[in-house]
Amino acid sequence: MADVNRGNRPLSPHLSIYRPQLTSITSILTRITGNALIVAALLIVWWFVAASVSAEAFATADAVLTGWFGDLVLFLSVLALWYHSLAGLRHLYWDTGRGMDIETAEKLGWACIGGSVVLTVLTVLVV
Amino acid sequence: MTFMTDRKRAVGLGSAKSGTAHHWQMTLSSVGLLILVPLFVFTFGPILGGSWEEVTAYYAQPLPAVIAGLTLAVGFLHFRNGCQVLIEDYTDGVARKALIVAVTCLSWGAAALGLLGIVRLAL
Repeated sequence: MADVNRGNRPLSPHLSIYRPQLTSITSILTRITGNALIVAALLIVWWFVAASVSAEAFATADAVLTGWFGDLVLFLSVLALWYHSLAGLRHLYWDTGRGMDIETAEKLGWACIGGSVVLTVLTVLVV
Repeated sequence: MTFMTDRKRAVGLGSAKSGTAHHWQMTLSSVGLLILVPLFVFTFGPILGGSWEEVTAYYAQPLPAVIAGLTLAVGFLHFRNGCQVLIEDYTDGVARKALIVAVTCLSWGAAALGLLGIVRLAL
């Protein structure tokens, strides 16, 4: 009886069938923001290496990081960084077995979105 | 007709006794980054835009240098592990292995370069 209908079973509904929900969107955003931070991370590595090499090398890297391109990338990265941090905090909270019901999960989702905007504004004001 | 039993099919497919290590590494590095990231943002942020003399003098101080070094080291470790999950979710076979190798090389390479830069500035 071990091989009855193996590999020919109906698949459960996948992503395409679901209406977007706050819980799924905030989860996807966690992945996108986390991985997108590689761009800013590599720019910052370049900036540190250039600063350690010479004033001329630093001038080139610094011009990119403080120019319009760098401003745009770093501004979006600050938003992504705070969002990803708050979402990570939410995961650590979930890992304790708390906050798993839909109502709490959605509240935490809004907290991640709102919190990251607030922290980004704060960062821009302070820095 | 095959003579595989359900038990025979399942043997060896269970826990590899190491599956939780990745998750635990992500937990550890995420807690580390929750401490490091605010420190880095509010030390790196204000000095970005300064002159070369200001930047080199600033990162010659121990605290900003250590914060930057730890943030890059833990950050790239966290990125390597997180990006591996992304790759495993969307690819398989040779492409999966090749991408994980590439991301690992990128992460270690960038972390090493960044640390070298910071150490040179600090010393």
